[in-house]
Amino acid sequence: MSASGHERASRHVTGDALYVHDLAVRDPATLHAWPVQSVHAHARVTAIDGGDALRMPGVRALLTARDVPGAKTIGPVRHDEPLFPDEVCYHGQPVAWVLADGESQARAAAARVRVAYEVLPAVLSIQAAIAADSFLTEPQAIVAGDPDAALGAASHRLAGELHVGGQEHFYLEMQCAWVHRDATGGFVVHSSTQHPAETQATVAHVLDVPAHRVVCESLRMGGAFGGKESQANLFAAIAALGCHVTGRPVVVRLDRRRDMTITGKRHPFFARYEVGFDGDGRLQALVVELCSDGGYSLDLSNAILGRALFHIDNCYRVPHLRVRGRVARTHLPSNTAMRGFGGPQAMVVVEEVVDRVARTLGLPPEVVRQRNFYRPGDRTHYGQQVRDAERIDRIWRELLATSDYASRRAAIDAWNTAHPHAKRGLAITPVKFGISFTTTALNQAGALVLVYRDGSVQVNHGGTEMGQGLHSKVLAIAVRTLGVAPQQVRMMPTRTDKVPNTSATAASSGSDLNGEAVRRACDELRGRLLPVAAAMLGCADDEVGITDGVVRGGGRELPFAEVVERAYQQRSPLFATGYYATPGIHFDAAAGRGEPFRYFAWGAAVAEVEVDGFTGAHRLRAVDILHDVGDSLAPAIDRGQIEGGFLQGMGWLTCEQVVFGADGALRSRGASTYKLPGVGECPPRFVVNMLSRATEPGAVFGSKAVGEPPLMLAIAVREALRDAVAAFGGGGPVALACPSVPETVFWAIQAVRRAPAATAAAADDQRPRSCR
Amino acid sequence: MSAAFEFTLNGRPIAVAGVDPNTTLLAFLRARGLTGTKESCAEGECGACAVAVVVAHARGSRFQAVNSCLVLLPEVAGGEVWTVEGVCGGAPEDLHPVQRSLAEHNGSQCGYCTPGFVMSLFAGYYDTPRSEPRALLAGNLCRCTGYRPICEAAAALPAPTAGDVHVARLQRAAPGPTAVEYGAGGAHFHRPTTLEQALALRARHPDATLLAGGTDLVVEHNQEGRRHERVIALSAVAALRAIEDRADEFVVGATATWHDVLQRLGDRVPMLAQMVPLFASPLIRNRGTLGGNLTTASPVGDAAPVLLALDTNVEVASATARRTLPLREWFLGYRRTALQPDELLVAIRIPKVQPTASRFYKVSKRELDDISSVSAAVAVWQHGGRVTQARFAFGGVAATPVLASAAGAALVGRSLDAAALRDCQAAVRSAFTPIDDVRASAAYRAAMLESLLAKFWSEVAP
Ligand SMILES: Cc1cc2nc3c(=O)[nH]c(=O)nc-3n(C[C@H](O)[C@H](O)[C@H](O)COP(=O)(O)OP(=O)(O)OC[C@H]3O[C@@H](n4cnc5c(N)ncnc54)[C@H](O)[C@@H]3O)c2cc1C
Ligand code: FES
Ligand code: FES
Repeated sequence: MSASGHERASRHVTGDALYVHDLAVRDPATLHAWPVQSVHAHARVTAIDGGDALRMPGVRALLTARDVPGAKTIGPVRHDEPLFPDEVCYHGQPVAWVLADGESQARAAAARVRVAYEVLPAVLSIQAAIAADSFLTEPQAIVAGDPDAALGAASHRLAGELHVGGQEHFYLEMQCAWVHRDATGGFVVHSSTQHPAETQATVAHVLDVPAHRVVCESLRMGGAFGGKESQANLFAAIAALGCHVTGRPVVVRLDRRRDMTITGKRHPFFARYEVGFDGDGRLQALVVELCSDGGYSLDLSNAILGRALFHIDNCYRVPHLRVRGRVARTHLPSNTAMRGFGGPQAMVVVEEVVDRVARTLGLPPEVVRQRNFYRPGDRTHYGQQVRDAERIDRIWRELLATSDYASRRAAIDAWNTAHPHAKRGLAITPVKFGISFTTTALNQAGALVLVYRDGSVQVNHGGTEMGQGLHSKVLAIAVRTLGVAPQQVRMMPTRTDKVPNTSATAASSGSDLNGEAVRRACDELRGRLLPVAAAMLGCADDEVGITDGVVRGGGRELPFAEVVERAYQQRSPLFATGYYATPGIHFDAAAGRGEPFRYFAWGAAVAEVEVDGFTGAHRLRAVDILHDVGDSLAPAIDRGQIEGGFLQGMGWLTCEQVVFGADGALRSRGASTYKLPGVGECPPRFVVNMLSRATEPGAVFGSKAVGEPPLMLAIAVREALRDAVAAFGGGGPVALACPSVPETVFWAIQAVRRAPAATAAAADDQRPRSCR
Repeated sequence: MSAAFEFTLNGRPIAVAGVDPNTTLLAFLRARGLTGTKESCAEGECGACAVAVVVAHARGSRFQAVNSCLVLLPEVAGGEVWTVEGVCGGAPEDLHPVQRSLAEHNGSQCGYCTPGFVMSLFAGYYDTPRSEPRALLAGNLCRCTGYRPICEAAAALPAPTAGDVHVARLQRAAPGPTAVEYGAGGAHFHRPTTLEQALALRARHPDATLLAGGTDLVVEHNQEGRRHERVIALSAVAALRAIEDRADEFVVGATATWHDVLQRLGDRVPMLAQMVPLFASPLIRNRGTLGGNLTTASPVGDAAPVLLALDTNVEVASATARRTLPLREWFLGYRRTALQPDELLVAIRIPKVQPTASRFYKVSKRELDDISSVSAAVAVWQHGGRVTQARFAFGGVAATPVLASAAGAALVGRSLDAAALRDCQAAVRSAFTPIDDVRASAAYRAAMLESLLAKFWSEVAP
């Protein structure tokens, strides 16, 4: 399988690209698993009776705690997730799993397993958790300057709160793992996982075998978005356990409802803020308290909260800033990584603050935003120098010009005057996003490159392919470094027996880390081949050039394969490992100081919307984006990441709504009740440009990470909606709850109509409480 | 009862034997190793499972993309199904034009949604005129790309070439609907071809499950893991699918699909022309029927408000009797209708005389392919500036779709002025007590009752 962009796409369009479940159904020996799910948010499990279920046709086993030879709890950071809980901690939590010959048999049997519960009180919201003092972590904080004094001294002050909603990943391929035994007694785990090394380790712990007995392969994922960074592990562990117990291959595949009710989502956040500013809208002090909803277990919540603390500044220089946060424990599914990893929630908050400052002063929000941008030489609240700070100003000016912002603003104002029942809104918002895992140790990667005597090449690395185009980028890096033709290179499925102890493919770092590791391995091989080629060509080493599989020098040329064969005859090793650890990054969590990021990715977006005053229904009319991807390794892929990330962010902020019932059961538990953007949400005008002259010296071939940052460009849509809502009123700040589904927007319009020039009466508070 | 049937899969005959009739076409395909067809929602929302079927058309036949997750396998008996594996010649250089266009426009990232997009595009590729990409693809979700490259791939498609094997196929007739009597695994599947047979089966098996397009029924089957002991499928009864243009009414057979309703009545009944494009997706409209929508009797069903506002009658039949009743007497309670256990809904009779002004409004989180939180059909007949008749019907504000009779009556004899609007709003306000659910709060729904009337006024009598 070569993974040139085109060939990869060819496999997609023909249906030949296989995903884990496609592999599993090809093996008729495979048993299918189905969970028995808790019907309470919090309860003690007093008995499990699987008698009837086990007598049903095709049923082979009921997996419970008794079957586990090794660790009975798992978890990426804290081992606080029981495989088979005695005390269920969320509605839908798997209590036991049925294995049967067919999936429908397993499902029917799971419905017949009788579980007795003793119901316990449940905490079902951040507010309830705060009231009950229910937390998963101690507070984290970062402080710069003297915010209390600066607040006191500021000529203007505002305070407010905002609840930022969660988001379902809705990767199109649900969680899936298929495990079988190999000929030597090892366990082969095919998992739709972003983190094969951790999936391998989890399986080994649960089975109580050394890691070397387990190989985890992640062939490709049908989307992940963070949802398979830690949460694929449970399903792989259950499949492995089933395989261990029955001796047969076992597949765990969640259908959409199981996936939505069992797995965690983007963290909802509750924020309280106080801001001090001057009459020009310059921020002088900002104090923010964040509380995220971690759900029932820790998962990655503390790091996610940490990234929120790092991104509360977005692009703004705030001399006195204090941000504190804590992770609430609720009886809900354990929330997890999702594209942006806490950054988006914090940036929504600070954009809300800046907009409120602007509208309170009667200044255009885009002017106040720009006025507060970091300048060269500034440091963030955690003390990192803001390298390339001038870029945001450059992006801003270029985008205002290319999007025709000023004349569109005037046209929209005129249109709004002529239309009493509908309003258009326009906004521009910036993005600064720090690149690196904020847990410094994770910033390492390995690669293994094998050259065969015919000149063909296998490339292995620790990164996983989930649609982001990592394999295509890495292939391009290998081709460029080795000088071979693309069709000579085969990208291998990601496996833990090729590169061990890898980090998750996450934090947008996939190509920075793995690409550089592969580059180093290829560079080493090239270094070994050059003298061989020079001798063959009769020229100096540095006169040899290799491109497209042809070796040139001294006026002659040779096929790459001949040089390889000669190197083999001369007993030169034709494989190499590459290893990369991001240099120069560190962070002292206790002090809240350090340089956690290798660099920042920058961007800005202009969004134009139209809102129906009768219903709050809205439509995205146009989007203009200017984004910094460094020297793009693959412009088409990067554009895809920008557009896809933008639409996903827009979905989070405008149509996707995670709703739990009063009993803690998820009510938005399928595609019919949870609406992600469809083709109709793609704006008719969607202009995407990449910043020119943007070489990033700190990353492979001058490129930049692009997976997450564009998601936050979508905050422009939220702010454009606010702008449109404002046009229904008489000026002043506009409260807008999040997500801004039509109902939310409708109440916001009602609020500005009722109180035309008043300061923000939180529409959120006036919005009738549904469901909770 | 037979234990086997055949159908044509990617151009080759396939025999099915011993497969439980509760199996979906999707599950069957995947179990056969045709894993290009994906499951992602099992409720008709995502289109990852799309396949094409060959259906009758004025000139030969046409492809229709359908959600294979919502098709019970025996429904394809005698039929012809194409999957993503079958549309190209096999080798990479033989890609079908829609496959090539998607690949060249970077229309895939993770690739999981891609086969479904291929099949929607494939079916649309042979239609004349072709649908706009956005309309054609409203039933396919992609979480990765943001859709822009997919729309561009669709827009860039060339016309089919003369040598295209599929063009040749479409010049021949579609397979006719055949009778099916199939049983396996203790479950039975009947597909009669005449109304008499259908009514007789209904009389004999009052507990059997009636199946029209399956877009409600099979969703429930998948989501709740429900199994049907006996199914009577109505899709092969030609008399139930017909749409007739009579002197003073349109008579729509209960199993006419939404696709056919739009084709035939779109330019005759303005409110249907407004409503149907907002109804589900092209994939669902190819299977879902008008009769199924009314019989499901969902409080947020979209057909009911429109048809209530148009003063529609429904016709039901049993083996021994036929009766016609006004649609407003059809809905008895939450998902309960006046249909008796031995009856079928056979036709929907829509008066031809259309209102002077009418609007259908659908309030939902997403513009296309979403279920209504609230819907409203507002119809006004006027003469000389005065209202002679007004009918306001709503979905999503009570346990059933409802006609706000008092509000309509309050308007007769008046003009559409601000005072009349206020009176109508007051009348609807007191008439309904909407509820909270996952889609919207009760307060929002209540507000929408009044707001949508105001919207009508602003559009019709600005
Ligand atoms: C993705 C998706 C989107 C949807 N969007 C919408 C939407 O926008 N608006 C909307 O209103 N609905 C929507 N629906 C619901 C559904 O598509 C419609 O209600 C459709 O019209 C149902 O028709 P059907 O033929 O598929 O019904 P089926 O599922 O076949 O049947 C529904 C019920 O009616 C009974 N029945 C069917 N025909 C008869 C008959 N002739 N006599 C007696 N009983 C009968 C069946 O036994 C069953 O109980 C959507 C569904 C899906 C899956
Ligand atoms: S699986 Fe989603 S529409 Fe069929
Ligand atoms: S490419 Fe991943 S869902 Fe469409």
